Amino acid sequence: MRLPPVAAERIVLIVLWTIAAITVGVLLFIIAFILAHGLPHVTWRFLTDSPESMGREGGIFPMIVATGMVAGLAVLIAAPIGVATAIYLTEYTRETRVTAVIRFGADCLAGIPSIIYGLFGFVFFAITLGLGLSVISGALTLSLMVLPTIVRTSEEAIRAVPYAYREVSYGLGSTRWQMVTHVVLRSALPGIATGVVLSLARSIEETAVVMLTAGSALRLPTSLYHSSRTLSLHFYILSREGISMSMAYATASVLVLVVLGINLVAYWLMRRFVASGGIR
Amino acid sequence: MRQDNVIKAILMAVAFSAILGLVLITVFIFKEGMPIILRIGGREFFLSSDWDPRAGRFGIFSMICGSMMVTAGAMVIGISFSLGLAIVLTQFSPPRLTAVLKPVIELLAGIPSVVYGFMGVVTLVPLIRIHLGGPGLSVLAASIVLGIMVLPTVTSIAVDALNAVPRPYWEGSIALGATRWQTTHMVMLRAARSGIVAAIILGMGRAVGETMAVIMVAGNTPAIPHGLLDPVRTLTANIALEMGYAAGDHRRALFATGVTLFVFIMVLNSIALVVSRRGARRTGAP
Repeated sequence: MRLPPVAAERIVLIVLWTIAAITVGVLLFIIAFILAHGLPHVTWRFLTDSPESMGREGGIFPMIVATGMVAGLAVLIAAPIGVATAIYLTEYTRETRVTAVIRFGADCLAGIPSIIYGLFGFVFFAITLGLGLSVISGALTLSLMVLPTIVRTSEEAIRAVPYAYREVSYGLGSTRWQMVTHVVLRSALPGIATGVVLSLARSIEETAVVMLTAGSALRLPTSLYHSSRTLSLHFYILSREGISMSMAYATASVLVLVVLGINLVAYWLMRRFVASGGIR
Repeated sequence: MRQDNVIKAILMAVAFSAILGLVLITVFIFKEGMPIILRIGGREFFLSSDWDPRAGRFGIFSMICGSMMVTAGAMVIGISFSLGLAIVLTQFSPPRLTAVLKPVIELLAGIPSVVYGFMGVVTLVPLIRIHLGGPGLSVLAASIVLGIMVLPTVTSIAVDALNAVPRPYWEGSIALGATRWQTTHMVMLRAARSGIVAAIILGMGRAVGETMAVIMVAGNTPAIPHGLLDPVRTLTANIALEMGYAAGDHRRALFATGVTLFVFIMVLNSIALVVSRRGARRTGAP
């Protein structure tokens, strides 16, 4: 039981290094495994063709378009709302009961599981508002899901802008709104962009929500009211129903590359923001 | 000045959309799910494990047990790894390892949950079936996959908690001749306790709420599992599996499952909120 402290430290270090090594190993294994099985099937035709016989053959073009539409629209809706919320919380009010309520709302939203968002989007957007299983229902539901992330990251980014910037701006006679748009938002931009980019990745990978709100039609969505099938749902259906493993691996490769690529961009943005003296 | 007030009013209205969203979600989930719970009785709905939608029997006890078992299993794996990583990153932080670990943890958070589930099916499930027996699709498989999935969340919150401990605590302990590990577990972990507890509870929320990965590796039999190698169906899986074709009472019962899940999550999140607030007040850390 009573080990000499130095020996205990050595053992602990070995355990900690093992944990770190396993974590790195898991990530590398997942990426390597998916790409090794999938990349050989990812051809130009795979990316630009429509699927045939339920996805057993052909490509994933409609799913790429659907993913872009649903996720892109979700972020386009959520970003202005989220950034406006963050501006209100940081620049236009003190800590009051109102801000506490808004923060509480955002915190609660952040904790709600995606399947609940799916249920809600299904009954509210698809049925009550009559939008049906469609791109727009999926996008609206996803926008609500990513809203707290955008609020939180934007708030942190805005708070990190040095107070002196604001004083200088006021000193030059600008109004509060001019100060916010010309000074605060400009220097907080990389931080805000990080949150927006992460939300895009989260919207692309989300499956439970789009399954219940955007449907699973295989055709190319040409309108916001069309049912569509995103990449992640397509991958889920291919692998779960055992339609085609090679197509599943190929779809997964595309999905993983896109999502990891976006995450790397976010990571790079964040580092730039920190390096420029943004956050701590 | 008048323009300023108009802008302020607009921003405030927009800021309330988060609250509006939360209220709408709560109202609609409860409106769809509560009536059937009240009609068949809470006792029948929550405490019976007889789930047979075609016969009109809706008891979700086995799913409640399933969610709890899978979450508990996930936390055993998730906590040990996350705390280990958080300690490495904050207390020992060899620069080269930190440079690798930080992006690795963020990228783990970025891998889609369907991909985690799929990896579980093609690698973990056969391993369990061959070496430990059973169908492979099991509580154990779901716990391992979920344990890896909650790792980024728990790690990042635990790192924040450890970083928020005032620096003099660390310096004082080292100056008294304690080793780094003694300092870590006698001073730092203790001072950051509430933040770490909050991290664990939020991780539990993640695990309870995860859907797609669990569906793929858990086997989904609606019965109470008797061991780690038995298949299991969670609350989330119940909703996602059957929503596609459910109608009438069946669909309402799925919404009622959603209500149950919603309450679970809200309780967990409130506990996390209270714990981290209390901790912040005591240590004066943010």
